[in-house]
Amino acid sequence: MKILVCITHVPDTTSKIAFTDGNTKFDQTGVQYIIGPYDDYALARAVELKEQTGGSITVLNVGEAETEPTLRKALAIGADDAIRVNAFPKDSFFVANQIANAAKEGGYDLILMGRESIDFNSGVVHSMVGELLGMPSLSPVMTLDIEGSTAKMTREIEGGKEYLEADLPLVLGCQEPIAEWKIPNMRGIMTARTKPLNVVEPADDTVRTQLSTYEMPPAKGAVKMIDADNVSELVDLLKSEAKVL
Amino acid sequence: MSILVFIEISEGEIKKSSLEAVSYAAGIGGDVTAIAFGEASSEALAAAGKAGATKVLHVADEKYKQGNIQAYASALAAAVESIGAETVVLAKSSLGDPVSARLAIKIGASLATNVTELPDTSNGFTVKRSIYTGKAFANVNLTEGKRIIGIKKNAAIIKEDGADAAVEAFNVSADDADFKVNVTSQEKATGDILLPEADLVVSGGRGLKGPENWGMIEDLAKTLGAATGCSKPVSDMDWRPHHEHVGQTGIKVAPTLYIAVGISGAIQHLAGVNSSKFIVVINKDPEAPFFKAADYGIVGDAFEVVPKLTEAIKALNN
Ligand SMILES: Cc1cc2nc3c(=O)[nH]c(=O)nc-3n(C[C@H](O)[C@H](O)[C@H](O)COP(=O)(O)OP(=O)(O)OC[C@H]3O[C@@H](n4cnc5c(N)ncnc54)[C@H](O)[C@@H]3O)c2cc1C
Ligand SMILES: Nc1ncnc2c1ncn2[C@@H]1O[C@H](COP(=O)(O)O)[C@@H](O)[C@H]1O
Repeated sequence: MKILVCITHVPDTTSKIAFTDGNTKFDQTGVQYIIGPYDDYALARAVELKEQTGGSITVLNVGEAETEPTLRKALAIGADDAIRVNAFPKDSFFVANQIANAAKEGGYDLILMGRESIDFNSGVVHSMVGELLGMPSLSPVMTLDIEGSTAKMTREIEGGKEYLEADLPLVLGCQEPIAEWKIPNMRGIMTARTKPLNVVEPADDTVRTQLSTYEMPPAKGAVKMIDADNVSELVDLLKSEAKVL
Repeated sequence: MSILVFIEISEGEIKKSSLEAVSYAAGIGGDVTAIAFGEASSEALAAAGKAGATKVLHVADEKYKQGNIQAYASALAAAVESIGAETVVLAKSSLGDPVSARLAIKIGASLATNVTELPDTSNGFTVKRSIYTGKAFANVNLTEGKRIIGIKKNAAIIKEDGADAAVEAFNVSADDADFKVNVTSQEKATGDILLPEADLVVSGGRGLKGPENWGMIEDLAKTLGAATGCSKPVSDMDWRPHHEHVGQTGIKVAPTLYIAVGISGAIQHLAGVNSSKFIVVINKDPEAPFFKAADYGIVGDAFEVVPKLTEAIKALNN
């Protein structure tokens, strides 16, 4: 089975978010980058599927040269080769176009992504790629098993889940508990250095949105502490001050 | 301007989040048409009128009974064409997001999801969307002639002053290629308040020690009419179902009140609750980071504080 895993290169979940250049650029000062947590689940499941059925895993990122350490990490976790589409990810449509274009040639049985990126949180790239390639797309997928050429999946819906079946090829946006995050071991890190990382130029430059400015949410006021022996005071405050009861 | 709104039906009624989408569309200004799929009475659909729609297109065909991302996107594209819509509005959901993405490709539209406010149309068409998991916003210009807006909870206040909408059958020619995914079954908590839509949420963490202690959380939730949530370790250990997991990698909630019990307030948990209007934290550790993000805090043992709180609210309700 040939699997393509699309990963984002995003600020670690503990990063402080700030902007520069008149609120038009993300401030990278002191920020550590990671594989998007949902993309990391997708990659982990891909590695498990490869262990079961053989095949190969390609990881792909649309990003500038700074994302290569993140791609190397994915190679260390178990991908066989990597593609970097050399462009700043300008918007979801732009990214989806690059992924669809790279995937056209690849003959992948499965294209796995995260349910959403944790920088843009759009939750749309997988569905756009599915539409561009004329394949079904499903997200957020919580379990995935392959039987022959059929995928059996569960997808989270509001207040529950649904069980689904579809023939490959498919595009899926993944979330836990599809697999447990994998930490690269020493051998993985060593072999990752020599695995192929191919840089390709973007196929199409079209965007359909334009960033104007970033903005921070208003600062939170101070917390009001209430004595544990006086719980009714909390109820009073919720009623008369917050007006939520 | 003609605006199309995708509305979802749950247990025979229009979902609250979809009514928000209708009122959001009415707030943009223009002629609002809604489209709904599956089983729903004409009366239930006409209620979209109160929120601001003049017309509801109903796809009643049996084939569309179950949520189908591809088929719904195709039907929406046909509806956009049929009414000459320039703008499409949908509420964020497990169906809304993927449908909007496929539709954006089909009709060549600009797309923004997680939108939190009405657009600014003074210079083009700019929407404000939540990014970095609620830690920031981006103002984005939707540059194409057609645009799709996916809204986050609380992006609009539901209007209730409109007249009933006219309900019309809408026939779409189904394409077999859109029916390649089989939903074999669904498990859905019925009657419960759904976490993503809840106005009040009571959430428990690892501080509650085990699933057997959730009775008091459920009692408090029931007394308030709240939904229940939990932290990630709690759902990882199967103390609670996965769809209750709140945070960076789980559900992002936006209630008016979020009560966190025995949750430390790790940054990844906070990322899922930072759109709450008020936060109450109950934790035995005065140094728990959650207090910094809270409006009201009680330092104390949850096993003593929570039952007292439930009693105090019951006393208020009587
Ligand atoms: C990439 C990534 C993504 C993540 N995503 C999420 C996410 O989406 N959601 C999420 O929740 N976490 C997430 N986490 C995990 C997160 O970092 C924390 O580990 C987790 O939130 C801790 O859960 P907790 O607060 O329930 O448990 P703990 O941190 O163990 O806290 C338990 C709290 O209970 C208090 N307590 C103990 N006993 C009592 C008592 N009797 N009465 C009152 N209080 C008591 C303690 O003082 C403590 O503050 C993620 C982590 C990573 C790395
Ligand atoms: N720049 C990118 N490069 C590769 N994959 C991406 C990129 N952006 C998004 N994706 C994939 O698409 C998923 C959904 O992203 P989004 O629509 O931005 O929330 C992510 O979890 C990734 O798997």
